[in-house]
Amino acid sequence: MQQLLLGDEAIAQGAIDAGLSGIYAYPGTPSTEIMEYVQKNDEAREKGIHCRWSTNEKTAMEAALGMSYAGKRTMVCMKHVGLNVAADPFMNSALTGVNGGVIIVSADDPSMHSSQNEQDSRFFGKFAMVPVLEPSSQQEAYDMVHYGFELSEAFKIPVMIRITTRLAHSRTGIASSKKKEQNPLALPSDPRQFILLPAIARIRYKNLLKNQAGLEDKSFDSDFNKFIDGEDKSFGIIASGIAYNYVMENAQDGKVKNPILKIAQYPVPKKLIDKISLQCKTLLVLEEGYPFIEEQLTGLIENGYTIKGRLSGDVPRDGELNPNIVAKALGLAVPETVATPAIVVNRPPALCKGCSHIDTYLALNEAMQKYDGNRIFSDIGCYTLGALPPFNSINTCVDMGASITMAKGASDAGLTPSIAVIGDSTFTHSGMTGLLDAVLENTPITVIISDNETTGMTGGQTSAATGRLEKICLGLGVEREHLKVILPLKKNHEENVRIMAEELAYQGLSVIISQRECIQTAARRKRSSI
Amino acid sequence: MKTDIILAGVGGQGILSIAAVIGQAALLNNLYIKQSEVHGMSQRGGEVMSHLRISSNPVASDLIPFGAADLIIAVEPMESLRYLNYLSPEGWLVTNTKPFENISNYPDFDKIIDAIKELPRRVFIDADETAHEIGSVRASNMVMLGASVPFLKLSSESVEEGIRLIFGSKGEQVVDQNLQAVKAGMEAAKAVL
Ligand SMILES: Cc1ncc(C[n+]2csc(CCOP(=O)(O)OP(=O)(O)O)c2C)c(N)n1
Repeated sequence: MQQLLLGDEAIAQGAIDAGLSGIYAYPGTPSTEIMEYVQKNDEAREKGIHCRWSTNEKTAMEAALGMSYAGKRTMVCMKHVGLNVAADPFMNSALTGVNGGVIIVSADDPSMHSSQNEQDSRFFGKFAMVPVLEPSSQQEAYDMVHYGFELSEAFKIPVMIRITTRLAHSRTGIASSKKKEQNPLALPSDPRQFILLPAIARIRYKNLLKNQAGLEDKSFDSDFNKFIDGEDKSFGIIASGIAYNYVMENAQDGKVKNPILKIAQYPVPKKLIDKISLQCKTLLVLEEGYPFIEEQLTGLIENGYTIKGRLSGDVPRDGELNPNIVAKALGLAVPETVATPAIVVNRPPALCKGCSHIDTYLALNEAMQKYDGNRIFSDIGCYTLGALPPFNSINTCVDMGASITMAKGASDAGLTPSIAVIGDSTFTHSGMTGLLDAVLENTPITVIISDNETTGMTGGQTSAATGRLEKICLGLGVEREHLKVILPLKKNHEENVRIMAEELAYQGLSVIISQRECIQTAARRKRSSI
Repeated sequence: MKTDIILAGVGGQGILSIAAVIGQAALLNNLYIKQSEVHGMSQRGGEVMSHLRISSNPVASDLIPFGAADLIIAVEPMESLRYLNYLSPEGWLVTNTKPFENISNYPDFDKIIDAIKELPRRVFIDADETAHEIGSVRASNMVMLGASVPFLKLSSESVEEGIRLIFGSKGEQVVDQNLQAVKAGMEAAKAVL
């Protein structure tokens, strides 16, 4: 019996079936549903699979490495930019290697549906020299989890599964394979494996390098990579991930007669590239994300070839692909379509009616009236919508936690007051360390933590900050007199403006916690309690 | 058999429930399905859409190509027009006429209806009104599902069975309300076809 699952859910079910002992993650579109599926899964509960959210992607990656050290299979999930946060343990885990199998799922978001950039995680995989699996379908995603854990344990190396938005958030029937028991607790056979002191690290690095040829052979042998011959040798097609589906969509009814090489496992197997380049002097590369394979081709084949793709301009350089873009690149006719009537206007995302961030921004805007210029550094979350009308309150949104540290830097440069607006989950993710920097110098900035007691933007996951913010701030050394907690409600507006104005005028560090539960999670709690 | 459907609406209007029921009905008929959804940023009062593909053959692409959709089901009139570039020349548009006005520059209602009327194959009904009449104001999405049944190439019985399976865990009453809404939608569509 097939189960109707999202790509994310297929990965989660695959992990449960493959003997997962713990999953670690911080929410981020389009990866969030992997952890959420495990959290809601009865079987996972019965098996005692660890499935609590981590404070950020770095802590998640490290906890997973610890679980692997103890011999168990574990998965770490994040959105692509989360891998930047986890980069330090990720890069080094390639050297330490693993004990129990480790899979890192990095979910890229080309076209930036819900992200600040569209970086391609495959480059990170190559940078770390770990194998990368890139499913083209949800079923393949499920199967790759089983395979990935085996690969990880066979080579004692972490394995990345790279997915993109459309695969993550598309639902289809999934057939499951045989279930595997969890690994027993077992320590690494080499007690020094995980000690990256230079002398050991050099040995570990040589070991990683030595493994590369074997990993490439694995890619060559992989059932996920395949070569489909075709009679039209005028050009060959190399496609990966979801782009392969778009090729197959267009190939229906025998419309594409060219040889097709599907790549779903990296490192890119040179011997497979040879297969297609022996037949075709022109190669069209179709991949979702950056021109990752395309860039490598020049090093893998001799001169005299024409390579078409995102770099050559035959495929758009940015944004996600779709069946029509691929049809055009294949030289197929694209149908004329009706244009969207001009009267249709956009509905920009907006803060919900009754959202606490609204009252926080209204008070802040008023308190800021006597200061000129744009000086409010903010962060990532629902409250980033404060950048849009009618608020136009904030001036930056760069990466999780950057509000506090950027405000500090601006203040160090002489911009006083500088203000930071940060969400509660963002604060515990990456704001706390920056706040300590400000404490150490008593930097004259005002930090507003807009605490809606949830991780709102990604759908209302529990926030590590809930109920702990005051203690955390005091513990970091924020002065009691300049740590204020306010209740953002219309009826408190005047008082909240006054408190903000006072703290803005203070020539030292202040923190204002503006605290009221997200109306979405509040409503959900009410519904589930009746 | 193949039906490619674009579902359109505003975040929170329940297009994913429509998709879930059709998907379930398709599974009951041993069809292949792929359904791509929007999660994240655009769910906050923004426009949302879903690609739903059902077929007797395996489905390759998660996205419907432009100009290839057999059907657009919209729970909001302006949203019904947003994805016309997906509609095939023989395709149908089935939409609710009740506007969801959460923006200040919402266009003139008559102009929207005029634009819908320009299409050669379209069905428009006031699903909110219909839902109100049968006493389940929150089931206007199921009314729209009902209105689109004639174009799904699935039997109304399998759609009803889909409802039972999808909403079964929420109790008899929810199932009955939704079944009633689907029926009312089917009749409303029949009346204008
Ligand atoms: C490194 C990184 N991880 C995760 C995300 C995804 N993300 C964006 S905002 C957000 C949640 C913010 O929650 P909070 O700070 O509590 O603000 P709220 O949305 O509740 O207002 C998450 C998880 C991201 N953009 N970058």
